[in-house]
Amino acid sequence: MSKRESGPGPLLSTIASIGHHVTDALQRLGFASRFFVMLLLCSGQSFRRPNLTIREIYYSGFQSLLIIMVSGLFIGMVLGMQGYETLQRYGSADALGILVALSLVRELGPVVAALLFASRAGSSITAEIGLMKATEQLTAMDMMAVNPIARVVAPRFWGGVISMPLLAALFSATGVFGGYLIGVVFIGVDDGAFWSQMQASVDFRYDIWSGIVKSFVFGVAVSLIAVFEGYDALPTAEGVSSSIKSTVVKSALAILALDFVLTSFMFREAG
Amino acid sequence: MPADNLVEIKDLDFAYDDRPILNGISMQIPRGKVVAIMGGSGCGKTTLLRLIGGQLKPSRGDVLVDGRSVPRLKDDELYALRRRMGMLFQFGALFTDISVFDNVAYQMREHTDLPEELIRDMVLMKLNAVGLRGAHQLMPAELSGGMARRVALARAIALDPMLIMYDEPFAGLDPISLGVIGQLIRKLNDALGATTIMVTHDIQESLLIVDYIYFMSDGKVVALGTPDEIRASRHPFVHQFVFAEADGPVPFHYPAPPLAHELLGKGARP
Repeated sequence: MSKRESGPGPLLSTIASIGHHVTDALQRLGFASRFFVMLLLCSGQSFRRPNLTIREIYYSGFQSLLIIMVSGLFIGMVLGMQGYETLQRYGSADALGILVALSLVRELGPVVAALLFASRAGSSITAEIGLMKATEQLTAMDMMAVNPIARVVAPRFWGGVISMPLLAALFSATGVFGGYLIGVVFIGVDDGAFWSQMQASVDFRYDIWSGIVKSFVFGVAVSLIAVFEGYDALPTAEGVSSSIKSTVVKSALAILALDFVLTSFMFREAG
Repeated sequence: MPADNLVEIKDLDFAYDDRPILNGISMQIPRGKVVAIMGGSGCGKTTLLRLIGGQLKPSRGDVLVDGRSVPRLKDDELYALRRRMGMLFQFGALFTDISVFDNVAYQMREHTDLPEELIRDMVLMKLNAVGLRGAHQLMPAELSGGMARRVALARAIALDPMLIMYDEPFAGLDPISLGVIGQLIRKLNDALGATTIMVTHDIQESLLIVDYIYFMSDGKVVALGTPDEIRASRHPFVHQFVFAEADGPVPFHYPAPPLAHELLGKGARP
């Protein structure tokens, strides 16, 4: 076989393969951006029928309450134990309330609640939309002159966006209670010091507000990834399963990366 | 065929990426008639239905429904047109999270402000027409294949459409259900004064109920006629289809190099 017929060399193949992956990723990003714009444009129709969004808040928000609150309680209890163990070395066990509250409100509440929300509600949103696509329900809806983005996608997206900050707040609240249970009830840290130090040190505008902003941003990211992966799923069993996996993986990475970015902005603002 | 056509397909081309599916196809679907479109699997029949419904856009040519060019309609105009179309999908595509009743009521609730009592009466009438009034409380997962197809049929005619499209309505049905669906397609078309386009492989059932048949191959119309003309046709493609012959113009083998070449290592290796 002549050299001319042997095709591109390994270097060219590698470059071509990288190029192929990059253009694929860019194309998908473009499609996702268009999808997001369409979703926002169709949201008006969904808001005119609030029952649709309320139903989704029930499915993705209310039904995630158990896992969120139980996890919050355990994380709060662990923080109580670990925090006390460290603080009492420096004679600052009274500051346990601050440590528990700030860790939860600023970081652990929004981040862990969003990770749990992505695996509990995000994956089920992707599976539901993906299966509706695979069984032609979305096409049937479109043929019935009902826009599937307005009727199916937008309510699920906004249901997630609204649920997320509420779930993060409940996560933090049960976490603080968990910290109280371990620190005050079981270990014996002073009750008054636990609450009064927390009250004096947790700033609403900085600490609480930054937690709310973070959980709102995570809610947008997770819900968008979940609805997009479902809508873009290949209409086969394997395609839907791969989309569910993508939702969990991409949501986790997005949450952690966005947390870093948001935290660095918030520190700069505080400084 | 009569000149008053509800659907006209004019010199239409369509390709998925670089793979051509339809090649300059033209068809006329007369108002009030039941028309079957037949052809081998993958010849572009379902694609044609999607082009008529405006879910795909042709690369060349035009689709007119009730005198309006479907590819040129804006989104809201297309949705207004689709409200006057009903479509039955191959596997029903029923909404699995709501009951049979709610499936049939879906379009009425989405597109009208009718009071719930009136919707209830209309849904029960539609279900009665397909013989499933007694099943209105069941969920789609509790239905047999034939029942699901009938519910999907009731849903497709929920708003008394002018055009009803069926994608493989007989696929996977037992002979009794097949006969029931065939008769329903004919009776509902006549009772509603609608026009029906049916994409199917089932030649024997179609010959009993349709007014015209189009045969498609390689993205083109290769034969057409009334059931009597089709039965009497000497066209090799039609003959192969009517008598279900394994080989003929529709080849048994997928295109491949000669077997001897392949076995002796001269063909392309998989």
